[in-house]
Amino acid sequence: MQDFANSFSLAFELLWRFDPALGEIVFLSLRVTFAAVLIACAIGLPIGAALAILRFPGRGLFVVLFNTLMGLPPVVVGLLVYMLLSNAGPLGVLRLLYTPGAMIIAQSVLVTPIIVALTHQVLSDLNAEYADTFRSMVVPWHKAAVTLLWDARYALLTVVLAGFGRAIAEVGAVIIVGGNINHVTRVMTTAIALETSKGDLALALALGLVLLMIALAVNAAVMAVRASARRMAYA
Amino acid sequence: MPDPRVLPFPTSPGEARPAARLPLTIRGLGFVADGTRILDGIDLDLADNRLTVIMGPNGAGKSVLLKLLHGLLAPSAGRILWGGRELDRQTRQRQAMVFQKPVLFRRSVRANLQFAVNLKKSPEATELLSILMDDLHLNDLADRPARLLSGGEQQRLALARALLLAPDILFLDEPCANLDPASVLLIEETLHKARAGGTKVLLVTHDLHQARRLAEDVVFLHRGRLTEHSDADSYFDTPASPEARAYLAGQILL
Ligand SMILES: Nc1ncnc2c1ncn2[C@@H]1O[C@H](COP(=O)(O)OP(=O)(O)OP(=O)(O)O)[C@@H](O)[C@H]1O
Ligand SMILES: [Mg+2]
Repeated sequence: MQDFANSFSLAFELLWRFDPALGEIVFLSLRVTFAAVLIACAIGLPIGAALAILRFPGRGLFVVLFNTLMGLPPVVVGLLVYMLLSNAGPLGVLRLLYTPGAMIIAQSVLVTPIIVALTHQVLSDLNAEYADTFRSMVVPWHKAAVTLLWDARYALLTVVLAGFGRAIAEVGAVIIVGGNINHVTRVMTTAIALETSKGDLALALALGLVLLMIALAVNAAVMAVRASARRMAYA
Repeated sequence: MPDPRVLPFPTSPGEARPAARLPLTIRGLGFVADGTRILDGIDLDLADNRLTVIMGPNGAGKSVLLKLLHGLLAPSAGRILWGGRELDRQTRQRQAMVFQKPVLFRRSVRANLQFAVNLKKSPEATELLSILMDDLHLNDLADRPARLLSGGEQQRLALARALLLAPDILFLDEPCANLDPASVLLIEETLHKARAGGTKVLLVTHDLHQARRLAEDVVFLHRGRLTEHSDADSYFDTPASPEARAYLAGQILL
């Protein structure tokens, strides 16, 4: 019990001083996750929109596939990306293993199916509403896709947030391909795992609190934006 | 000096608007959904750019007929020819439709209209935009979200958006249901201007007074069949089919 309280006060002290080691880890986490979510959106939003609009044979198969990939176990993704990037792997020459680049790739692979599947869901609903109008006005499909993406932008914020949440909280994949190397690839989740196993609960707790605050801040911001959009009937 | 009674539709250089006068030929048109026959054996010739009103009781198949003519539904039987040509992407681009329930984009009024302008890509479309916004009293609403407009305002916006496409044929599905007399007048005046600008108008309405004011010819549908196609005068004075007579009598009693 003594330890418990002690850890908390130490954790708050670390946060209060804005400990540089802590700052470095937090900053790297955010950098990796932002990059991964950005890549996942660049790939996932157009694919999700295309799946919502285009009718082609085998479309249902793709939808099921992406819905399944949403639940990919992170360690499996970590393993696959590891095999790709290891010296013997097809992308070994890039020498990305145990760099933040490798972690970005792993997180992108995890997040892209989430963005695709949820974007498809959101845009299918809106497309059901717009489809006759698009057809009546003879809107080309890529223009229809842009229209859906734009008009559903507030709902899509939540989709992006879901991807962000999955990426920033993820341990299994980044620890395999990043290696949790101090000052190089140590991010919040891997640090928490390591510090906890070492018994340094203060740093682990401090990082945990930062993770919580980030999640809280992002969710609050998205909710505020969506609420004002709803008032304007744009959501 | 442009004639204020005519909508100055943009045309491609050297091109008049002959398509609006092309005959719309419908032969043996049928539509079946879930095993139910909704339209059956419709034969109809709509020549010239007259303003045609389609009437008939609820569920007669008027909306389905418009959607078939506009290529939103595929016929189960028969064919639709416009100037001897099947409906395709190109011919459909020269048509526009105002739906029974208008679907507006989740954007401002102006952005909804700008969408049509951007599709059309003609320099005159911008001029047409300002004329339509004036005619349909949309200027004060320009920055409002389209979804928060009243029913009448939404119909005015939907009509403006359709006319921005400078259609050769304009389909309207009960555009004035639930509208106050002033809005009805606004819409009817705009339809007259579009007609004067060369557009053929096909209008579904239950409003007999409106039909009398606008119709040059009337098509009457009953339970998925066409029972009558007459000039407006003869339709209202001496309806040929018993169904149309009953419908007119019922309406007058209301
Ligand atoms: N996609 C569809 N699938 C099945 N039935 C349909 C479909 N569309 C229309 N119907 C049916 O076809 C019939 C004709 O519908 P339609 O909407 O054309 O009627 P309407 O003449 O426009 O009536 P109203 O005056 O009430 O608008 C109705 O009985 C309707 O339930
Ligand atoms: Mg109808």
